[in-house]
Amino acid sequence: MRVAASDVELAEKKHESDGEIPVKRKSISYAKWGYFFIAPFFIAYAIFSLWPLITTVYNSFFENYRIGLDQVGPNFIGFENYINFFTGAKGVPVWNLISNTVIMWLMGFIPQLAVSLLFAYWFTNKRMDLKCTSIFKSIIYMPNLIMASAFSLLMFSLFANTETAPINNMLLSIGATTEKIDFLANQWSARGIIAFMNFIMWFGNTTIMLMAAMLGVDESLVEAADIDGCTPNQIFWKITMPLIRPILVYVFITSLVGGLQMFDVPQVLTSGIGVPNGTTKTLIMFLNDNLYSKNYGAAGAISVILFIVCAAFSLIVYYFFTDRTLGGAKSFAAKKKKKGV
Amino acid sequence: MKKRVLAALLASATVLSVVGCSNNTSGSDAGNSGNTSNTDSGSTGGNDSGSTGGNTEGGDTVTVPDDGKVLNIWCWNDEFQSRVKDFYPDYVDNGDGTGKIGDVLVKWTINPNKDNGYQIPLDAALQDQENVAADDRIDIFLIEADYADKYVNSEYSLPVSAVGITDADTAEMYEYTKVIATDANGDLKAVSWQAAPGLFAYKRSIAQKVLGTDDPDAVQEYVADWDKFEETAQTMKDNGYFMLSGYDDAYRTFSNNVSAPWVNDKNEIIIDENILKWVEQTKNFTDKGFNNKNGLWSDGWAADQGPDGKVFGFFYSTWGINFTLLGNSLATKVPDGMAQGSAEWLEHCTGNGAFGDYAVCYGPQTYYWGGTWLCASYMTDNASLVKDIMYQLTCNGEIMKSITTTPGVEDYTNNMAAMEEVANSDFKSDFLGGQNHIALFVENAKKIDMSNISKYDQGCNETFQAAMKDYFDGTVDYDTALENFYTNVITKYPALTKPAE
Repeated sequence: MRVAASDVELAEKKHESDGEIPVKRKSISYAKWGYFFIAPFFIAYAIFSLWPLITTVYNSFFENYRIGLDQVGPNFIGFENYINFFTGAKGVPVWNLISNTVIMWLMGFIPQLAVSLLFAYWFTNKRMDLKCTSIFKSIIYMPNLIMASAFSLLMFSLFANTETAPINNMLLSIGATTEKIDFLANQWSARGIIAFMNFIMWFGNTTIMLMAAMLGVDESLVEAADIDGCTPNQIFWKITMPLIRPILVYVFITSLVGGLQMFDVPQVLTSGIGVPNGTTKTLIMFLNDNLYSKNYGAAGAISVILFIVCAAFSLIVYYFFTDRTLGGAKSFAAKKKKKGV
Repeated sequence: MKKRVLAALLASATVLSVVGCSNNTSGSDAGNSGNTSNTDSGSTGGNDSGSTGGNTEGGDTVTVPDDGKVLNIWCWNDEFQSRVKDFYPDYVDNGDGTGKIGDVLVKWTINPNKDNGYQIPLDAALQDQENVAADDRIDIFLIEADYADKYVNSEYSLPVSAVGITDADTAEMYEYTKVIATDANGDLKAVSWQAAPGLFAYKRSIAQKVLGTDDPDAVQEYVADWDKFEETAQTMKDNGYFMLSGYDDAYRTFSNNVSAPWVNDKNEIIIDENILKWVEQTKNFTDKGFNNKNGLWSDGWAADQGPDGKVFGFFYSTWGINFTLLGNSLATKVPDGMAQGSAEWLEHCTGNGAFGDYAVCYGPQTYYWGGTWLCASYMTDNASLVKDIMYQLTCNGEIMKSITTTPGVEDYTNNMAAMEEVANSDFKSDFLGGQNHIALFVENAKKIDMSNISKYDQGCNETFQAAMKDYFDGTVDYDTALENFYTNVITKYPALTKPAE
């Protein structure tokens, strides 16, 4: 394999250096077809993503909204929309929104990662040799197929503030409470319900990704470690974990980006209000609030802030988890060598 | 080299699209900013036609076109649609959601009201009228009390005189329904078929058990003012009942009796004394356990109105009693397709759940709640038909009377003479156990004063109730709740400010 790969590399290098010498070889360059075939994506990307991205930034510098049927602006106001968010002069201070969003994401993501790692390890472990794993895999993936808003409505009815709602009814009948409980009136139960939904919806997806990563771990390493007397615990933390790190980073970043964009679950569950006391209001829910008055300036500013927050968090996670000097597997081998194992 | 640069560019573009998490949102922003440019051009158009409207006001010569083949009506539920179906003389239902009047096709556009769901598409459509085909132009749109001002004082509604409704036609209407629909120039811009005085609806069975009587006049003594109301609430609690279902039940009795609008002329948000009284009372009632802690329009609130509800009474105006309360009171719902008021319907409802167990009294305070008005759109091309619908369904006394007396409809209509007549007749509501509630409405309707409405009402009312819920729940203190209200309402209306201390 290795030989083959380097052959290709060599050939490519040769090809490239050849390209710079003007010889009559143009007719057999297929490169343009490559660009031709990938062009549709980039054209669509430019029209539907890149251009809106640029106009969003542009719009965020304007005062531009409606009072009833009357239009105000657009007037250029520089960074005022941004300053308003940081001081809380117009609308909820952005710090509260970011902390709400991140707290609810972490409340869902930490158990999600733990459970997914455990399941993935069990499902791929040759010694346990679990039967019917494909059935389990299908089942744990199922919640992800439900529309988030439908799931949210389901939870809303389960935890509704009436004596007849299933959860309250159950608690009342087993005597755990004497009075109906309004789960959405307490910030931790409200956030907990939201985090729980995100957890249920996404742990199957994460399990499947981590399984793919674990199946890619060279079995001979595990066997060697086993022969050398490693405990299963050590094998997991010292061999499996470092080797699946690239996928872990991927899981982390996609989940983080998804988490920061959390919207439909809390929006439907709390009717867009972010009850109680705005503690379940996420960044995107606040963006949505601004569309009440078609406030494109403020909505643009919050989008840009979200973009920056996402990028910053992603970079932090990326640098935190990747070994900057060597590839994950190589560094493991290097460490092993150093220790003289 | 070139390739490498290109590859790097493409790669970085892809990374951007992955990291660029606000793709979706910025996408929708872009869609919306597309709209902005439309709306700009739309509002210029609006100004043009505004000047046409100006001519109409001046008097006489400008005529509204009358050659349209399609009549487009915008509303937020099927209430008006069923009024047209049942009471407009020439309406033929096509069975596919459209109808026919003569050779004109009637098309309905229905978008629910909640959270601006009705107004946003309506505004966009109104501002785009000049760019759409004549058959797609809006002819009639409906407006609600909470945002009537916004449309009445805009160029998008025609004075009703422009389509031919005269002062004589509207003479029997309640004055307040005309005041609310009159713009700054003194032109009447919208007409309503209903007046919305509010009453206190209570369960006869609970009244009988706890107070020893279910007679409306006797029960009124127990709730004649807020002090007596509170005493009765205590009695209800002692007997295992709740006085009210939730926090917002009494809201309108306070908020629609304010001394000034929500926003003053300096664009500052003013919380009226009367609304603060509501906060004080509701907190008190909540702490003492007089209400069942339900939100308005929630499932628990609806269940409280049903046969198993332990709540004594509800504040409701006309539409609420015969539309919302009646629907919620039944143990088995009315099946689809059963016409309201038919013999079959009456048989289904009689003895069903709490049907017949309710009665109404004046309650501690006169108030109103809601109401629906009809506006003619500035670009309508069906002048005579618009006029006739307005005339038949809001001015014609006979039709008004039949709307009020049809069982199951029993709307309180906007015709003083007709209502006096029904009030003094032997009309009886089966739902209210044989009470003639129209007589009570007649009294309360005279006292309605809507002079303090503003175009910010819907947003302010919804936001205030939501913010105070946290305070009543005990999640936050009063000052925090108030602060949350200001924050959220300013998000909805960026031009407003919190008044300086």
